[in-house]
Amino acid sequence: MKPAPFTYARPADWPAALALLAEGARPVAGGQSLGPMLNLRLALPERVADLRHLPGYAGVSMQGETVRIGAGTTHAAIEDGVVPGRLGEILAGVARRIAYRPVRNRGTIGGSFAHADPAADWCAVLPALPGHAIALGPEGERRIPLAEFVLGVFETALRGDELLRAIELSALPPATHFGHWKFCRKPGEFSKATACVLATPGAAPTAVLAALDAAPLVIADASALLADPTAEAARLVATLALEDPWRAALARTALRHAAEAAR
Amino acid sequence: MTATISKGVGASLRRKEDARFLHGRGRYVGDIRPAGTLEVAFLRSPVAHARLLGVQKPTGLVFTAADLPEIRPIRANSTLPGFRASDQPALAVGKLRHVGEPIAACVAPTRAEAEDLAAACVLDYQALPVIADMLAARAPGAALIHEHWPDNAFLETRRDEDLTDLDAVAAAKVTRRLRTARQHMAPLEGRGVLAEWDPRLEQLVVTTAAQMPHVTKTGLAECLGLDEGQVRVVAPDVGGGFGYKGILLAEELVCAALAIRLGRPVRWLEDRLEQLTANANCREHFYEVTAWADAHGKLLGVEVDATVDAGAYSLYPFSACLEAAQIGSIFPGPYTLPRFRFRTVSACTNKPPILPYRGVARTGVCYAMETTLDALARQLGISAQAIRAANLVPPEAMPYRNLVGKVFDSGDYPEALRRAVAAVDVAAVRARQAAGEAVGFGLSVFCEQGAHGTSVYHGWGIPFVPGFEQAQARFTPDGVLELRVGLHSHGQGLETTLAQVAHEILGVDPARVRLVHGDTALTPYSTGTWGSRAMVMAGGAVAEACRQLGERALAIGAALLQTDRASVRLVAGQVVAGDAAVSLDQVARTWFRSPQNLPANVDRGGLEVTAGYRPDPDTGTHSYAAHAVVAKVCTETGMVTLEQYVIVEDGGVLVNPMIVDGQVLGGVAQGIGTALYEEMPFDSEAQPLAGTLADYLLPGATEVPDIRIEHMETPSPWTRFGQKGLGESGAIGPPGAIVNAINDALAPLGAELLDLPATPARVLAALAKAGRA
Ligand SMILES: Cc1cc2nc3c(=O)[nH]c(=O)nc-3n(C[C@H](O)[C@H](O)[C@H](O)COP(=O)(O)OP(=O)(O)OC[C@H]3O[C@@H](n4cnc5c(N)ncnc54)[C@H](O)[C@@H]3O)c2cc1C
Repeated sequence: MKPAPFTYARPADWPAALALLAEGARPVAGGQSLGPMLNLRLALPERVADLRHLPGYAGVSMQGETVRIGAGTTHAAIEDGVVPGRLGEILAGVARRIAYRPVRNRGTIGGSFAHADPAADWCAVLPALPGHAIALGPEGERRIPLAEFVLGVFETALRGDELLRAIELSALPPATHFGHWKFCRKPGEFSKATACVLATPGAAPTAVLAALDAAPLVIADASALLADPTAEAARLVATLALEDPWRAALARTALRHAAEAAR
Repeated sequence: MTATISKGVGASLRRKEDARFLHGRGRYVGDIRPAGTLEVAFLRSPVAHARLLGVQKPTGLVFTAADLPEIRPIRANSTLPGFRASDQPALAVGKLRHVGEPIAACVAPTRAEAEDLAAACVLDYQALPVIADMLAARAPGAALIHEHWPDNAFLETRRDEDLTDLDAVAAAKVTRRLRTARQHMAPLEGRGVLAEWDPRLEQLVVTTAAQMPHVTKTGLAECLGLDEGQVRVVAPDVGGGFGYKGILLAEELVCAALAIRLGRPVRWLEDRLEQLTANANCREHFYEVTAWADAHGKLLGVEVDATVDAGAYSLYPFSACLEAAQIGSIFPGPYTLPRFRFRTVSACTNKPPILPYRGVARTGVCYAMETTLDALARQLGISAQAIRAANLVPPEAMPYRNLVGKVFDSGDYPEALRRAVAAVDVAAVRARQAAGEAVGFGLSVFCEQGAHGTSVYHGWGIPFVPGFEQAQARFTPDGVLELRVGLHSHGQGLETTLAQVAHEILGVDPARVRLVHGDTALTPYSTGTWGSRAMVMAGGAVAEACRQLGERALAIGAALLQTDRASVRLVAGQVVAGDAAVSLDQVARTWFRSPQNLPANVDRGGLEVTAGYRPDPDTGTHSYAAHAVVAKVCTETGMVTLEQYVIVEDGGVLVNPMIVDGQVLGGVAQGIGTALYEEMPFDSEAQPLAGTLADYLLPGATEVPDIRIEHMETPSPWTRFGQKGLGESGAIGPPGAIVNAINDALAPLGAELLDLPATPARVLAALAKAGRA
């Protein structure tokens, strides 16, 4: 399949990008989700605005204890350690398990988060981390807590006139424990259950259960899960009333494995 | 092992074609685009069953069946009694019978523009009740897909033998209902067609990704009303066939008709979406098997009722009934079955029409037979090895004719079984099981008929019957040996193996042998590459052509050496008489460039020979194999991990063992797909639900374990070098062996898996059914 006709714009600065957005252009970052949608004619934009040449779109900067990751930073850059410290290690471990390297070479953390595929890894991990999504709109920047960014299947807290500009995260102490588990029968398959658990010294542990064909389940205080992974995973999954017994079994397994790895 | 490095039969010569493929210099239909080419996108049926009332066409080049009356429908009938004919229109006429059926050809300078045209077409149709399931196809009152038929079946075959008395004497009896999923074949390269009309030669030239270029040519000529001299089919490099490209395509006919109409080259390249949604066309079987055995596991009889979902049409040339009707003759497998009753049904449904995929019905048959044997063994409390040993055809019975008339040429089937079992530490698996681990050991044993010819195929009465395979061998003036064969290579390595055969006979260095194939204008007629026949048939034909060519060269060489024919021999590419020698290059130069030096009685046919070959008897070679698997099952997620995979394979004399290993490995990867991953789900409206390879899972490098292959080499008594066909074998054994291993792992939990693929969801469902999940 080839895409329906569209025009291509390459904004050189953020105001130009926002102006294009206001005119109805569809942003494209790595194109690893939008590309297939265009080819299958599931997305039929009249105009596509390529964000990759915006100043500061990719790359990482530190401000004190805050790490700012440009939305256009690729999975591969994160895998290769562009984010420093314990946080960087954790993110690299997640990035490494996204698809295959060619997809990671182009796909971006911002594109993935903004796309909000329920099976996507960043949507399963970022909500567990302390930090914000930085949206840029006509009125300037807006900070959206990461746990509140993904609202549903392909649905985020971004407004139609906003772009995702960056992800801001707090640096994590070296003793932070993290567990991440997903079920795919082969690399690159959509996950059928993903969970992560973050245990930071001195703070309540957090957890996310994702790939539910719905918004991720964010657990703001996962102490019970860490204390008794099997029982608490079963209790949490039961509350979701999943129809498919296999998916329910995977969800329980994912939570349990992630919790055990984070202990 | 001899000290000299042989390049002939038996040498693991590196593949000549790989330099081209590995450097990205292969040339496929998609690489060929003459100036002025128009691209086609097909408007395809969005529904599985409907009355087609009309197509509103946008401005532009859009052609429906009414616009191309010169194309006659594709007809692939069989003369088997009771076969019901179905005409397959190249573009839909009157009715739509499966999702993806071509309705209109949209033509534009680029594919994207052609797709724009397709998107702008408006279809008018009236939906009809859909036959989505083969078992419902013949239910009373079911909607008729071909309205002149009494019910939705292409063919039913049976062998009636009353087995009811076995209940009284058998120590064990099991009945199993088993299903295999519908798959798509997924060659790396999709289909592709480029059609051109050559006004000088008044010839249609169709460049197409085809396994059987000559058969395609015949079909094109028939359906377009051209004489065969007016059609030339070129198959360039082909990126995988597996049966998917062994067909006359509706798309070929349409592109050809358009090229003639428009006077421009017209090309269609299939994309993965079309392949998945319009062409998931293989492997969907249902079996109800009952088997009786005595206390030692010796089979007393088997009854099988098999249905194959044959889809909506009968495809050219293999027909809609080959797969199902074959089940009756191959179900006994490698075993000495004393009594047998079967019924097979080729069910017509609103799904893409069936094509024979690597292994054809054998993969399903092996799965059904091998899982049934294990069920019997469990009931009898004997091992999987014991029940097979009790039933395999013994070597002393070879050649063996079984109760349905299949003749096995040679081999030691029980030895393959023994070796496969010995290669796995079964005791260790049992110890882990005793410790509570869900791990299991599974076996499958099967044989593969290959290169079966006239005597087998004339009975089917389908559009072609393979006869004598021909090859041309000729020297060019500089002494290069050119081989011309009408079948095609699409991964099999024939450019190498046929050169090895020529080297074996003539001693010409394989580097100086060129294979010309894939072009009907340059090669002798052939039914093509299918049925594991190329190495037996073309190998035999090339050997014979080279032998005759050698005779002619010897006569010339003898004259050059001033001696008589009886005093010369061919040695390492030279004509030798005592200490004197003349090279084949010199012989060739003499014929072409110094004819004054030829002997008076020289064969005026020159250094060019066409020879035909067919084994006698031509009932086919039977390669065979035993697969042994250790699989671990995660009872929490249902995930299956293949820990060990061993194959003991006997393909007769191996012309190139390295290439054989490659064939086996590739086949096993596909068999693992059948066993664990591949499934095109359809909803109740026969809508295919997987549109990308993220939904239709193919095994990749990370899903295929290390595979150990051991060879036995029992020559076939009937073929030129003792070689046997084995190109399909790897794809036959895995589902049986893998599911047997899974069931062995699940047996302590009382669970058993019946349906393919053995996905995690199915494994968990089986455990739940046993009350264990
Ligand atoms: C074969 C394959 C396997 C994959 N496997 C995985 C996997 O295992 N795990 C996983 O998590 N992902 C997987 N992906 C998806 C991949 O991670 C993509 O990179 C990601 O989903 C999208 O990122 P992108 O930069 O390519 O975004 P694009 O495709 O360019 O855009 C995606 C969507 O987000 C919008 N968008 C992009 N950037 C912005 C922005 N800055 N602001 C607002 N909207 C924006 C676009 O308009 C579009 O709607 C896979 C993809 C492929 C092709």
